[in-house]
This record gives sequence, C-alpha cells and structure tokens, in this order.
Amino acid sequence: MATTDAPITNGINYPDWEDRYYHVDQVLDNPGPRTDPDSFMAGDGVKNFLRNQCKILVIGAGGLGCEILANLALSGFKDIHVIDMDTIDISNLNRQFLFRSKDVGQPKATVAAEYIMKRVPGVKVTPYYGKIQDKDDDYYMQFNLVICGLDSVEARRWINATLVNLVDPENPESLKPLIDGGTEGFKGQARVILPTITSCYECSLDMLNKPTTFPICTIANTPRLPEHCIEWASVLEWPKVKGDMKLDTDDPEHIQWLYSVALERAQEFKIEGVTWSLTQGVVKNIIPAIASTNAIIAASCCNEAFKIATSSAAYLNNYFMLIGTESVYSHTFEHEKRNDCPVCGGESLEVSISESWTVERLIEMLVEKQDIQIKKPSLSTPTKQIYFQAPPQLEVATRPNLEKKVSELVPDGGDVTVTATTLPFSLSLRITYT
Amino acid sequence: MIKIWSMKKNEEAAAKRKPKTSAAQIRVQKDLTELDLPSTMVTHFPNPADLLNFTLTITPDEGMYKGGAFIFSFVINMNYPHEPPKVKCTQTIYHPNVDLEGNVCLNILREDWKPVLNLNSVMVGLQYLFLEPNADDPLNKDAAEELRRNREQFIYNVKHSMRGGYVKGVQYANVLT
Ligand SMILES: [Zn+2]
Repeated sequence: MATTDAPITNGINYPDWEDRYYHVDQVLDNPGPRTDPDSFMAGDGVKNFLRNQCKILVIGAGGLGCEILANLALSGFKDIHVIDMDTIDISNLNRQFLFRSKDVGQPKATVAAEYIMKRVPGVKVTPYYGKIQDKDDDYYMQFNLVICGLDSVEARRWINATLVNLVDPENPESLKPLIDGGTEGFKGQARVILPTITSCYECSLDMLNKPTTFPICTIANTPRLPEHCIEWASVLEWPKVKGDMKLDTDDPEHIQWLYSVALERAQEFKIEGVTWSLTQGVVKNIIPAIASTNAIIAASCCNEAFKIATSSAAYLNNYFMLIGTESVYSHTFEHEKRNDCPVCGGESLEVSISESWTVERLIEMLVEKQDIQIKKPSLSTPTKQIYFQAPPQLEVATRPNLEKKVSELVPDGGDVTVTATTLPFSLSLRITYT
Repeated sequence: MIKIWSMKKNEEAAAKRKPKTSAAQIRVQKDLTELDLPSTMVTHFPNPADLLNFTLTITPDEGMYKGGAFIFSFVINMNYPHEPPKVKCTQTIYHPNVDLEGNVCLNILREDWKPVLNLNSVMVGLQYLFLEPNADDPLNKDAAEELRRNREQFIYNVKHSMRGGYVKGVQYANVLT
C-alpha cells in the first residue's frame, strides 16, 4: 500500500503496444459458432466500431467500478464515461485499486479516469463527479451501452426506469442495453437488461435479500444479540430521546450516541459484542465488500458488454448469480418480465379525444372499452390527482374534476396513470386532442 | 453492436412509453383507491395532494376497546412497497402491543413485510390488534402482564385508560368518541 506506483507513461499517451489486441482479435477477425450472423462484421468492421465508435457509460467507480473500468479499457473500449458521486475514503483502498493514499478525499470518478488514461494508451475516460439524477435523457442517449456497478438500490431503480422510459418506438438508437452488476459479501449477480424487451431491474426487486430485521417486541423485551441492543438504540431510543431530529448514519456523533446507548443496554442484559463498528454496520446495513467477488462480477459484466458491442458471441440471457458463501456455486437463468412491473410492465394506450371531453366522459369511455376491462378507474397525472374512487375523503375532493374538461387538467401529449382493481398494476394513457 | 431492434420487432408488445410517475407513487395510488375498509376505519389526509402522509382512525365496534377512537400516522417513502409504511399510534394508549411512544408491534410492519402486502393488509392488521390484543408480543410489558395474569383487571384498566385515567402511574390519552 505504501509503495508509490509511478505511472508507466507519465501522462503521455503512447500508441498501442505491439500485439496488444492479439488475443482479442482472435474472436473479432473470424466468426465463430456463436456469433450473430446478422450483425457481426468480422475484422475491421467490428474493430472499428468497438475502438472508434462505441461509447459506454460506467455508473459507479467503487469496488465494482474500478474493476469494470480496467477491464473495459484493456479489452479495447476507447470512449468510456464514468459517473460517481462519492469521494475516496481510506477504507476503500484495500480493494478499489485505482486509488492511493494521496487520493483520499478526491472524487472517485476523476481519480479513476485519470489513472486508467495514464495506464492504458489511447483510451479516453470522461469522469463526472455527481449524481446520476443530475443528467437528463439527452445525456443518456449518447451511449451505446450502460454498465452499473452500484451499491444502492435506489440509484439502480432510477437508472433502470430512466432507460426504460428512454425507449422510443420510432428510434432504434433509443434502446440502451443495461448491464447491472451487484455484490454483497460473497454473493453477487450480473445481468443483461434490454429495456422493454427483457425483465428489468424493477421486475426482480422481490429477489433482493432483505436486510435482517428483528421483531420490535424482541428488541424491546428480550434482547439476546448485540444487534438487538443496537436496534433498540436506533429504532426505539433515538426517536424517544431526540424527538424529531433525524438520525444521520454518516454523522460520527450520532453513531457514537447509539453506540453508548446500545452498550449500556448490552451490559444490562449481559450481552457481549456491541462495538462501534458493529453499531455503524447495523444502522448503515453494511455488508463487508469482498474484492474477489467484485472481480468476478465485474469480469462477467465486461464480458457481456464486449459480446453485446461486438456481436462476437451470444450474450447472457439474462441473469447470472454467484454464491460464494459455501464453496463456489453459480447459476444462470432467464428472469421473466413481469406484466405487473410498475416500470416496464402494464399497458399503455394512445387516446385521442376531443378538447371538449369531460373527465367523466373519459372514464365512461375507459369503462366501456371491451379490450381493457376496467372497473372503477382512478386517474392521476404525474403531478396531481384527477379522480380517485377511494378513500372517501379523496373521492369527495376530486369529484368536482369529473365535470371539468380533460384538456384543463392534462396537456396535449400528457400522461395519465390509471389504476383499478381489475388491472394487474396500472395503465398509462397518452392523451392527445383532436 | 447487436441488433436489438430487429429482435424487438419480433416481440409482440410494442414499446411502451411510460409516464414519469414513480413506481412508489403509482403503487400508493393503487393501494389507496382500492382500499376496502369497514366503517370502523377512516383515513384522513391533512393535505389531500400528498398521498404519502395520512392518518387512520380506528373505532372498534366490538371487544374491550369499543368506544375509543385510535389514531395512527402513516408515512410512506419512495421505496414503498419494498419498505413497509412507517406507522405509529399518535396517542398514548394502554395496549400490550403498543408502547408509550406509539411504536406498534405488528409483524407485517417489520420483519414479515413483503411487497405483495398492501395498505389494506396493514390497516386490517392494526384493527385486529384491538380485537385481540396479544400478550406474547409485548411492547407495553405492564399491560401484557396484566392481560396474561388477570383478564378482568386488564379490561378494567383498558376502560380506565381510555377515559384518560392513570394505570400504574402512567396517564393515558382520553380516546373516547
Ligand atoms: Zn420491469
């Protein structure tokens, strides 16, 4: 860790070293039994696309991201963008190998990009230090592929929904394959999502390992584990003593408070094992990161990115899971798309109505439509309720809208979300006026 | 680059453009507008435009808590339904499964929550606590012990607490309707 590593190029981009692509070219110069005959352009065609045209986005420059960036650069991707909102912490250095002690406090995306560019000639890595939510559709539109190496469910749901929404039936370029990697200790998964075609991230949310929670009465009355004492401090004592003050799990003073309260509780019940780091681990739900799991999952993601970008071999359909908790087990299967998925499932309808139509008239039309079979629909726009069947207070509040014109509430081309007991999830209407 | 689009054309379903309403928001709309509550339960939205914060008032029409009105606050975050709603009793009540801060011991609000459950299941679960208070999952230990030891005395304590009386030195909220 203490050795300084002199960049081999001192910032100067040397041309590719001899035979750099010798092995990669074995699969690019000739079609193989598993190449896609329709899109594989053996030789210069595919090499030109991979090395001069293909633009790939890497989300996350942490444990997975460092591995992904290195793999992509070395396999011949030349135009790589990377987004990460974090700065480097000293605890990252054991596995996030693009970072050194001198980099602590610097943005991960920037440091990772510089390191890769110094180390691999000819590659351009464009960093963005910030949130994925800062970027709009035009930004995501510029890429051919997106790879995610994130540890946040929320960020993954966001990028997944964004890429599903980006798909425009009129524009083939709008469909961006998303390769998602994730690790948790010795377990991990890599998957290929073709937005609107295959199962998406939201479709599989039920498969997530739920963080361990304990019954609140156990925490309150019969603690047996150090975790019970920590949860007692964070779930019951914090709101009781601190009132409305929000618990900030990144604030060391807050962790310290929880730790001392949990420790006292543990002593009372003669429970051993409450430590400062366990306290932090329980409240932040930290699962130790394992470098080798990250390496395997990142390799799998990059392998898929390479196959999709080059068509040189069949890509993963669509879910690979790795379980390294007891020996090494892996399993590949096709995760199925869910019809009731709130992001990629559900029905959508283009509805063209007269500007004079009232909400009531629109509802009658929906109920009468034989092919969708809706009973008692409730309608809203992304920003307001149009008409709700229940609960009573909201029904009364939205009832006056029944007589209003739809055009007063929804702009031309605007979206309306319809829910009803008879629908598996929801129906979206795109309203246009004649 | 693989030609996904030609594959796509083979797909039966055409591309679906979805409105930019969040999945949590749509799911809450679905849950709320499909609520099927008995007359003993009423929701109230302090701000009707905000579906994520509301209260539920339960007025049991049978059992030992009959005659009271019990108000619970519901707070739903953007991870719903992957995280359960946060539910608290807003009054200090004498109940074995509710502590003095309003925390509720109901398995589906914590360890047994699943995304297939909905707001209706939570509300029905809460109402059930008033029909069948459970001495095995105590949050108010005194109340649980009393229920286990002497049911008559427990019922007396419940009635007394509901009028705003003291039980074992704790004053409870007057919840009579
Ligand atoms: Zn989906």
